[in-house]
Amino acid sequence: MPHQPHTIPLSPAQIALRLAGIGAVLAVSGAGFAYAGGWFSPARLTPARIVTALADRGGDPLGHRRNHSKGVCFTGDFAANGQGAHYSTAAVLAKGDYPVTGRFGIATGNLLAADITGRVKSMAIRIVAPNGAEWRSGMNDSPVFAVATPQAFYEMTQAQDVDPATGKPDPAAMKHFAKTHPGFAPFAAWAKTTPWTPSWADQPYNSLNAFRFIDAGGDRHLVRWSMQPTVPLDPVPVAELAKLGPNYLQNDLSQRLTKGPLTWHLIVTLAAPGDPSNDATKAWPTDRTHVVVGTLTVNQTQPEANGPCRDLNYDPTILPTGIQISDDPLLPARSAAYAKSFDLRTSEAADYPRKTPAEGSKP
Amino acid sequence: MTRQRETFSPLQRGLHWAMAVLVIAMLFIGIGMVTTLHPVYLTLVAIHKPLGIVILILVLLRLAVRLKQGKPPLPDDLPRLQHLGAHASHLLLYALLFAQPLLGWAMLSAGGYPVVLYGPIRLPPIAPHNDALHAVLRAGHTWCAYLLFATILLHLAAALFHGLIRRDGVLGSMVFRRERV
Repeated sequence: MPHQPHTIPLSPAQIALRLAGIGAVLAVSGAGFAYAGGWFSPARLTPARIVTALADRGGDPLGHRRNHSKGVCFTGDFAANGQGAHYSTAAVLAKGDYPVTGRFGIATGNLLAADITGRVKSMAIRIVAPNGAEWRSGMNDSPVFAVATPQAFYEMTQAQDVDPATGKPDPAAMKHFAKTHPGFAPFAAWAKTTPWTPSWADQPYNSLNAFRFIDAGGDRHLVRWSMQPTVPLDPVPVAELAKLGPNYLQNDLSQRLTKGPLTWHLIVTLAAPGDPSNDATKAWPTDRTHVVVGTLTVNQTQPEANGPCRDLNYDPTILPTGIQISDDPLLPARSAAYAKSFDLRTSEAADYPRKTPAEGSKP
Repeated sequence: MTRQRETFSPLQRGLHWAMAVLVIAMLFIGIGMVTTLHPVYLTLVAIHKPLGIVILILVLLRLAVRLKQGKPPLPDDLPRLQHLGAHASHLLLYALLFAQPLLGWAMLSAGGYPVVLYGPIRLPPIAPHNDALHAVLRAGHTWCAYLLFATILLHLAAALFHGLIRRDGVLGSMVFRRERV
């Protein structure tokens, strides 16, 4: 360099001190990064911890969704009647027909679970508007969710851990959870009293979490939504259901679809002031305004192993312009945990059976 | 401006320090968001995606400026191995800064996600929707992030070594200060 500055040589002690200073800068930077990554906060509830807890409920989760692991894909369309456009500018709510890739599932971590073990049934949908805007939603047939916070969800999941000695969860753990989480009561009451049915077709599927619709004038409307079935409820006593074999839900769905498509009406409920936006364990009063915004038609079902829903993450925060999340803490947590589950299962392709498991096979 | 410059141009220094802030923020946002279920998660994701595209644009701009304006030479007395290390680490930095946003974008494409930048502004997919591809890109995004952070630490250590131990003007070529008489 032409203008190398003159410098007084450093003593060995000065060099050592300056090197130590450089080392300290690196150590602090590295530690800061590790801190941001949660290395020093083992108590932090991470997506990885939730997903691991879900996988500890029995069954082999490799290659599969860590929750609602057992399910089938479906395809169909959503016919919006245009009524939703009064409350939201979402393209999929403007009058028109939009393709749907969906999935029915049961709330289990075990791909090979018998359907009778799935108290909660679910429907997930992806509706795509012509402009490419997507609406993804994961809905359950319970009117409320079991917990209000990610921490409570984690504790509930832990209470369902399978004891390796018995192969079953400890019943006392769930009792203890219910006793210590009063918000669980409305869900528990539903689970206890609602009739069992051998079908996905006769169930309503509810958003559970609250969202916000944004209308053309920029006004925000707090909403929940529900897919309401159009076929009569088909209650069957649990003892009878058990005789139907492990896969009665898929059998019922296939059978019904041979006779024609199945439909649900999408009903949006508008909150009144004071209705909770951030607590999915609390139902809103039934006298709220309900708006039918369209009809979902399910035409076909496909096994998930190679079906169109397999590689989709039904993250409920993937919303079109015109729909936003509320302040419900479950929504960001669902997004984070679903992403982790998706990252894991797509990296476990070697473990993903590309064919349907044998009828009635056991884990 | 015809004689060989001893410092990077003000534009180069501006780009360097702006990117330093953005890239380091990006790395901390990235590692933070994948390890939390807190509502801040969605805010971090919403920053991470457009910021990645901003960095991609800046790195392209920076590469163009670097090719046009060149750089001050390294000191003549710098040992050959350090010379090589300097070149290799800068190549790696440029490569990672360029690859990381593209990996993120491609990873979301392969995962079948809409690549939302802000509100209705979406980017087209740059990779087919494919789970095996997603797995590779997702892992690549993580490992490149770690490698980028490690390379930045090395870069910082080398800069401080030049500035505090060798005191050879290399650090001075990138910082803003009064001109030496």
